[in-house]
Amino acid sequence: MEQTITGTMLAKDTVDVSAQTETRNRKSGRIAAGTRLEPGFKVIAASAAFLLVASMVAIFILLSHEALPVFRKFGLSFITGSSWNPVLDKYGALPAIAGTLITSVLAVLIGAPLALGVALFLNELCPFWLRPILSTTIELLAAVPSIIYGMWGLFVLVPLMSQVVQPALIDLLGPLPVIGFLFEGPPFGIGMFTASLILSVMVLPFIASVSLQAFATVPVALREAAYGTGASVWEVCRRIILPYTKNGIIGAIMLGLGRALGETMAVTFVIGNAHRLKASIFAPGTTISATLANEFTEATGAMYMHSLLALGLILFVITFIVLMITRIFLHSINRNLPL
Amino acid sequence: MKPDAGILFRRRLINRIMTGAFTFAVLVSLTVLAAILIKLIGSGGNIFHLSIFFKSTPAPGSAGGLFNAIVGSVMLIAVAIIFAVPVGILAGTFLAEYGKNSRFGQVVRFCNDIMLSAPSIIIGLFIYAVVVVPSGHFSGWAGALALCLIALPVIVRTTEDMLRLVPDTLREAAVAVGCPYWRMIVSIGWRSARPGIITGILLALARISGETAPLLFTALNNQFTTFSMNRPIASLPIVIFQFAMSPYRDWQQLAWAGALLITLTVLGLSVFARHILFVRSRHGNRS
Repeated sequence: MEQTITGTMLAKDTVDVSAQTETRNRKSGRIAAGTRLEPGFKVIAASAAFLLVASMVAIFILLSHEALPVFRKFGLSFITGSSWNPVLDKYGALPAIAGTLITSVLAVLIGAPLALGVALFLNELCPFWLRPILSTTIELLAAVPSIIYGMWGLFVLVPLMSQVVQPALIDLLGPLPVIGFLFEGPPFGIGMFTASLILSVMVLPFIASVSLQAFATVPVALREAAYGTGASVWEVCRRIILPYTKNGIIGAIMLGLGRALGETMAVTFVIGNAHRLKASIFAPGTTISATLANEFTEATGAMYMHSLLALGLILFVITFIVLMITRIFLHSINRNLPL
Repeated sequence: MKPDAGILFRRRLINRIMTGAFTFAVLVSLTVLAAILIKLIGSGGNIFHLSIFFKSTPAPGSAGGLFNAIVGSVMLIAVAIIFAVPVGILAGTFLAEYGKNSRFGQVVRFCNDIMLSAPSIIIGLFIYAVVVVPSGHFSGWAGALALCLIALPVIVRTTEDMLRLVPDTLREAAVAVGCPYWRMIVSIGWRSARPGIITGILLALARISGETAPLLFTALNNQFTTFSMNRPIASLPIVIFQFAMSPYRDWQQLAWAGALLITLTVLGLSVFARHILFVRSRHGNRS
C-alpha cells in the first residue's frame, strides 16, 4: 500500500524530487559536481527526444514542399487522373493509389481471419508448454525481411498461381454473374492478387500479436464463468473474448493495414508494375511504393521526380491517417504495440 | 429435464469445426514459414560455400561471390547502429524518466509511434531529398542515415518500456541516499533495464539488416568493393534485388545465397533477442 502511494507520488513529480535532492546536496556541499551535471543530462536527453519530433516534422514539410509543383500544375487531377505517362510528362496517380488500397485491403481480408484463428488457438487451445515456442515461431514471420517474401513470391508463388490456383479460380468464379468480372483475364501469376496473398502473410503476425495482447485483458472470472456454465471453446471465443476485445481487434487489423500500405519490396517483385486500372484482381497493377522502387532512380525530368515525391507524400498521409485510427482503437493497450 | 440431443450435437459440431479452423490457421502460418525456409536452403544452400565471402559480385556468366555486398552491408549497419543507439537510449530515457506525463513527452511518443510504422521507403525519399540531392551523389552516409532513422524508434520504444518496468522503490532508494537524479538513471535505471535495452538494440539490428527500400535511392549500389562511406556502396539486400530480378541463372543463384545469409542472420538475431528477455523474465519470477 505504502509502496503504491510513494510510487505514484514519485511518478507525478519526478522533476520535483530531483530539484529537492539538488538543494539538499548544495546545502551539504558534498557531491556538488554530480549535482551540477543534472540539468545538462536532462537537456541532452530532451534534445535526443526532440530529434525524433524534428525528423517527423521535417519529413512531412519536405515531402509537401517537393510535391507542391505537381499539385500546382495538375491540381486534383494528379489524384484522380489515371494516365501515368513520363514520355508526355503527364502524371495521374489513381492507378497507384487504387492499387495500394486494393492490395492492402485484400491482404487484411485474407490475413485477419487467419491471424485471429492463430491468436485464438494460442489463447484457448494451445498446450501451455507449446505456447512460447509457437508464438515465437509466428513472430518470426514478421522478422523475415520483406525482400525475402518478394523473392519467394516471385519464384515459388507466382508459378503456382499461374499454373494451378488462378486457372481454377477463373474457371470457377469467372462465369458468375455479378462478381465474375473480378476474376477475369489470363492467369499471369503476377498481379494484385498474388501481391495481396504475400502481404496477408506479412501482416498476419502483427494482427495476431496485438489481438493476443487484447485477449489478455479479458477478466479470467468471465472466461471461467462461461466455461463453468458448460460453454464450448468456440462459444467462449464467440460470446466472451471477441465481444470483449472488439476495439483491440479493430486496432490490430488497422495496424496490419498500415503495415500493408507501406510495404515495398515484397510487392515490387510480384505486382507487375502496370499503371493501368483493371477490374480483375488477377491483372498486373502497381502500388505507390512499387512505383517509387521501380522508377525513382530512373526518373529524369523535374516534373517526373516531383510527381514521385508527391506519391510519397500521399502514401505518408494515408498511413498517417490509418495509424491515427489505430491509436484510437488501441488506446487501452497502446503501450504494447509490437515492434 | 434431459438436454436436447439435437442442440448438443449441433453445438459440439460447430465447436469442432471452429477449433479445427483455428488449428488450420496455425498450420497455414507454419507451412508458409517452413516453405520459405525450405526454398531458401534448397536454392541458396548448394552454392553457399566459403567463396561467396571472399569474391566480389561477378559479371553475368563468371564465378564470384558477395564480398563487396557483405562489406557494404556491415559498414552501413554498423554506422547506423552507432548513431542510433546513444540517441535512442537517451530519447527513451527522457520519455520514461522526465517526460512521463508532460505534453512534450506525449508529442515525442506520438512521433515515435508514427516513425515506427512509417513506410521505410518514405524514409529513403526523405534522405534522398536532404542528403543525396544537396551533396550531388549517392553515398554510404546517406544509406546509413536512412537505416539509422529506421532503427531509432525501435530503440526508443524498448528503452522506454524497459525503464518503466524498473520499480519506483529502487529510484526512491537511490534518491533518498542523496544520489543525483541523472546518476540514479545511469546506475539504477539503465543497469536494471540493461537486458531489455540490449534486446531492443538487437531487434533494431534485425530490422535494418533486411531493409532494402530505403537503400534504393540513398546508398544505391556498387559493383566493386569500397570502404569509403562517401561513395555509392553495395549492400546485400540491394544486390539480392538486382540479381533476383535479372535473367541470368548464376546471378539468381547468388541472390538465393545472399537471401539465405540475410534470413539466417535476421532470424538468429530476433531469436537471440527474445531469448535474452525470456531468461531475464524467468529469473524475475524466481526471485
